Amino acid sequence: MIELKNVSKTFRRTRVLDGLSLRIDAGDRIALIGSNGAGKTTMIRCILGEYVYDGEVLVDGVSPRSARTSVLQKIAFVPQMPPPLRMPVGELVNFASRLCHTTEERIGSIAERMGLDIGEVRKRPFMKLSGGQKQKLLIAIAMGRDADVLIMDEPTANLDPAARQILFDLLAERLDKSMIISSHRLEEVAMLVNRVIEMDRGKVVLDDRVEDAIDPGLRQEVRIVLRKPEEAFARAIGEWGFESADGGITWTGIVAGPDRLRFLGMLARYVGVIADLNMHDLSREKADA
Amino acid sequence: MYSFWQTARLDISESIRSKWFALYALVFGGLIATLFVFGLTESRVMGFTGLSRMLVTFIQLTMAILPIFVLLSTVRSLAGDREAGVYEYMLSFPVSLSSWYWGRFIGRFIVVFIPVFAAMGISLVVGLFMGAEEIPWRDFAWYSALLVSLAFCFLGISFLISAMSRTSDVAQSVAFFLWLVMLMFLDLILIGLLIQFQTPAEVVVGLALSNPLEVFRIGAMMLFDPQLILLGPAAYIILDFFGNAGFMAYALLYPLLLGFLLAGIGFLIFRRTDLP
Repeated sequence: MIELKNVSKTFRRTRVLDGLSLRIDAGDRIALIGSNGAGKTTMIRCILGEYVYDGEVLVDGVSPRSARTSVLQKIAFVPQMPPPLRMPVGELVNFASRLCHTTEERIGSIAERMGLDIGEVRKRPFMKLSGGQKQKLLIAIAMGRDADVLIMDEPTANLDPAARQILFDLLAERLDKSMIISSHRLEEVAMLVNRVIEMDRGKVVLDDRVEDAIDPGLRQEVRIVLRKPEEAFARAIGEWGFESADGGITWTGIVAGPDRLRFLGMLARYVGVIADLNMHDLSREKADA
Repeated sequence: MYSFWQTARLDISESIRSKWFALYALVFGGLIATLFVFGLTESRVMGFTGLSRMLVTFIQLTMAILPIFVLLSTVRSLAGDREAGVYEYMLSFPVSLSSWYWGRFIGRFIVVFIPVFAAMGISLVVGLFMGAEEIPWRDFAWYSALLVSLAFCFLGISFLISAMSRTSDVAQSVAFFLWLVMLMFLDLILIGLLIQFQTPAEVVVGLALSNPLEVFRIGAMMLFDPQLILLGPAAYIILDFFGNAGFMAYALLYPLLLGFLLAGIGFLIFRRTDLP
């Protein structure tokens, strides 16, 4: 679906993408991770046809530079920083809905689920909204249209926990679509993705296809030791069927292979209380037993 | 075509809400009001007769104000939008680059032209109510056409500068410098050239006529002074070469085509470079 072949991008003397090659197939839900300056945003801009580059970027076989309109009809995008648009919210929604062949009502209903009443802020300039409101609106515009690929660059940066949860619920409803979610917080998006790509200095340094790499029948035995008993952790790990025999210090249980990333995402929230973590594959017989 | 008009509409609405537009409209509205105040003072004895004269004064002032306003406000908003990340988002929508670029061009043209045109129109209506003997429709039409041409020209220059500059600071500096050069080439430097280097008059006049500001100025002058007496000896070269109608056609078409050409070059640069 999306193919980057030996793509390089240099700004003045800094090489931000360095011979990047990557194939993203339909149905891939990617967590794009990496430190600042790793090249995540540059890669996204190349896919959107906003940068000139060496190499080749193809979306369904055509270049997003030369066939912008048809390519961008398939891609919905949420930027990292909301743009400082002076236009009223209503006009932005109108513009987006007309160009993306959707309806204002559809965008409005997504915004409402995110906790933003478009009718209320319709006449207000976009740039006068709060950071969270802007982000909610941009997410609503991106998700309120038909697109084969959803690209989100740090979508949760300005969202409160409640809005973040709603975003994840919305994304979970679209698991049949391809997604590229650039984020510093892997644990947040872990449960939504089936592939993790880590970038560093313009190259892919990790490409982990969570479902493909692991035998769906495989199980992993997990043993976790906490520094002290923790009630919230007990509740969360209890949902995974884990048990403790020593009053909440040591927890053991089994995690299915494809759930590994989601499980680690949950664990990451409690990293401060975890003293020891051990995961190892169970043999087929033991797993079946 | 649909996305072209959508972009134009969006640019108009963005501009109308901006502070520069408020100031711009205020300047031209204020200019007309000021000219009427002076016109009324003048007419205590003779009555109000000066619509043609007022239009001439208005057009001469417009020549000084419109280009710098168009240049600075356009490059500031275009290069500023790029710097601030507006392009990154807005160009992620399925809109072709030509629709985006030319849509903004036309939207900006409408925003720039309407206040000037409206000010002239209001002056005619108010003048009529104040007892002007006749409405100078011919002058009104010519001035409007010349203003269209001038606005196109400076928009073309602005779009080219914006396409070439990566920051609004650089874009504004280049725009201001260019305006200054054109302004100086109106008279001062040309006279200096003529005297200092004994440059052939044809070369100096040729140089002057490549300056769209000068072309506009002479075109506007020709409407109330067909023999270009005010211009001095240069008038002979111009009238011999172009003739009266020929020069008016030149004054109308040259800035217009120059604006299109420069905006076209700007589009080619815009299309071939990084958008955000």
